[in-house]
Amino acid sequence: MTVARLHNDAMAWLAPDAHELPSSPLTWLNRLRSDALERANELTVPTTRDEEWRFTDLSPLIRLSFQPSHAAPALAASDVAPFEAPEAVVRLVFVDGIFSPALSSNGVLPDSVAVTNLAAALKTHGEIIEPHLGHLAGFQDNVFTALNTAFMHDGAAVIIGRGQRVSAPVHLLFISARPETASYPRTLVIAEEGAEAVIIEDHVSIGNGVDFSNAVTEIAVAANARVKHVKLQRDNVQAFHIANCSAALERDAVLSSCAVTLGGRLSRYNLNVAQQGEGAQCEIDGLTLISGRQLADSHTMIDHAAPHGRSRQINKCIVGGGAHAVFNGKIVVRPGAQLVNSAQESRNLLLSGRARIDTKPQLEIFADDVKCAHGATVGQLEPEQVFYLVSRGLSESMARNLLTYAFGAEIINRIPVPSLVERLQKAVLEHTQVAS
Amino acid sequence: MISQGAKILLEVRGLTATVAGIEILKGVDLTVRAGEVHAIMGPNGSGKSTFAKTIAGHPAYTVTGGEVTFDGRNLFEMAPHERAQAGVFLGFQYPVEVPGVTNSAFLRLAYNTVQAGRGGEELDPLEFDDFVREKMKLLDMDPGFLDRSVNDGFSGGEKKRNEILQMAILGPKLAILDETDSGLDIDALRIVAGGVNQLISPDNAVVLVTHYQRLLNYITPDYVHVMESGRIIRTGPKELALELEKRGYDWLAEEARVNA
Repeated sequence: MTVARLHNDAMAWLAPDAHELPSSPLTWLNRLRSDALERANELTVPTTRDEEWRFTDLSPLIRLSFQPSHAAPALAASDVAPFEAPEAVVRLVFVDGIFSPALSSNGVLPDSVAVTNLAAALKTHGEIIEPHLGHLAGFQDNVFTALNTAFMHDGAAVIIGRGQRVSAPVHLLFISARPETASYPRTLVIAEEGAEAVIIEDHVSIGNGVDFSNAVTEIAVAANARVKHVKLQRDNVQAFHIANCSAALERDAVLSSCAVTLGGRLSRYNLNVAQQGEGAQCEIDGLTLISGRQLADSHTMIDHAAPHGRSRQINKCIVGGGAHAVFNGKIVVRPGAQLVNSAQESRNLLLSGRARIDTKPQLEIFADDVKCAHGATVGQLEPEQVFYLVSRGLSESMARNLLTYAFGAEIINRIPVPSLVERLQKAVLEHTQVAS
Repeated sequence: MISQGAKILLEVRGLTATVAGIEILKGVDLTVRAGEVHAIMGPNGSGKSTFAKTIAGHPAYTVTGGEVTFDGRNLFEMAPHERAQAGVFLGFQYPVEVPGVTNSAFLRLAYNTVQAGRGGEELDPLEFDDFVREKMKLLDMDPGFLDRSVNDGFSGGEKKRNEILQMAILGPKLAILDETDSGLDIDALRIVAGGVNQLISPDNAVVLVTHYQRLLNYITPDYVHVMESGRIIRTGPKELALELEKRGYDWLAEEARVNA
């Protein structure tokens, strides 16, 4: 077997020693990795001259170098405790991208449900995984997805069998622990026909090291299945976080997605939802809450490829200090995707004169009988709201903090996991006190 | 209830105020004693709402002259939230929606903040829950209101009930209710007015700002004032309201012009 190598120098900074591809007894997987590597060798790191990266300058990332993680540092259960969600039925913990069985916990799941690390799932569910892994998240035009796909050695796999409803959340906890480490978190969610699940994809840091995460998530939602996906990015404010999530929805499938971005010096989240089946629905919520010198960029794309689809999206940014938030929300309605009903809202709050937000709704509609509404606002707190609270005895700063909190809480409250809601509400409160 | 010698809660002398540089209040005089119910009536644009918001300290209104004392203190030396803590309450004509904050959290925060300002006892969530449910009975409100965001998606009637609920919770010395009757159907009006009536005591006072006499069928004022062009041009007993209902406001404005 020829050993494929990453010979693209532009990529060397990402994982200097990880040039060698992992290999598997599954030939399709080896082929997938080498295809991805080939593509990674052809692609270049985007610059601000690329329209899709206009506001997000990756040069601070390129100037750094990261070590790949071969062995995860040993963490104690007490290190993980602050991130636990007691509601979760299963918790899979990955430290610097490496699965930690000791920190993970197993609950009782039905036979046709598998929540395990990807390496184990490939042995037991290889045939179910093969059509999805690496196919939902395209790597042809995305160097980060190509790199993740080429070098993925493990990840999280959630497979919910036909008609199974897992009401308690599945918690996938990705911890960045060792400084100057590059990790490649990978998540695959397969909800078979009529299945239901709640997945929390949670990225956190221990310590204040400069880490780089390049995460890829794929979510396959079969006919009549319902998936709630909560993506939390609460890395430290030195971290670099790039994440690509792609979901495909079949007939009458429902995806609820809620992405909360708190951390990262530089973060980018691409969410692509392909509504391939008739009557598919998605609800996409986003909240970015940053301050200081943080940059958070969120690009979403909802692709209505079939008739009778519905999508509702609300994205909010609360930006303080000298931080910069970017939102690009693209909605495509393909020819023949009639009677699509889509609504998108981008609402943004600037807490300081130096804070900046760039928001861009982008509609591309090729069907004639559709309803697509969109709107964007950028502003400060409403003076009438402030006065209303002040007239009830709250000081002006209390009123402002409460309103900022409320602006974010509207999104956070939709997360179906009370312990996380509570923790995130606290984070918003702390943030508002710092930022204002 | 008029009781001579009752404590003066609000004393307004020659109050003038502007909005965006335009003078709206042109010398308002008003004395409100404990135990009294006053109605300020007048045509649209006469300055009624401006008066209410100026007393509460709305930042869009600039006081340019006159004096106002509240409970013996210079009102204008108090920040708006200090006025609320001292016992001034404004019932909003258009209550503001605050999505993302539950009514229960908001009401408790307001209550505890005001209590802290008054040196009173604060309530924990369980204690407050009992307290607020008792108050909600005054207004025939469903406890489900507590879990909803403040005024978010409330009907006009629900918003006004929520205003009076806040009044019940904060226990103000002076409640200025700005067009509390607007947008209410007859049943809602009866409930809201009934709630206000139960809150009136010899120790507090209510100022009703209203365009129509309708509300005064349910809450009986001791005094009716007519405001016109930023001044109170006539003060009379509750019967004045009935006369205004019959004859409109023009004759009073005409009289005021002749007398001037």
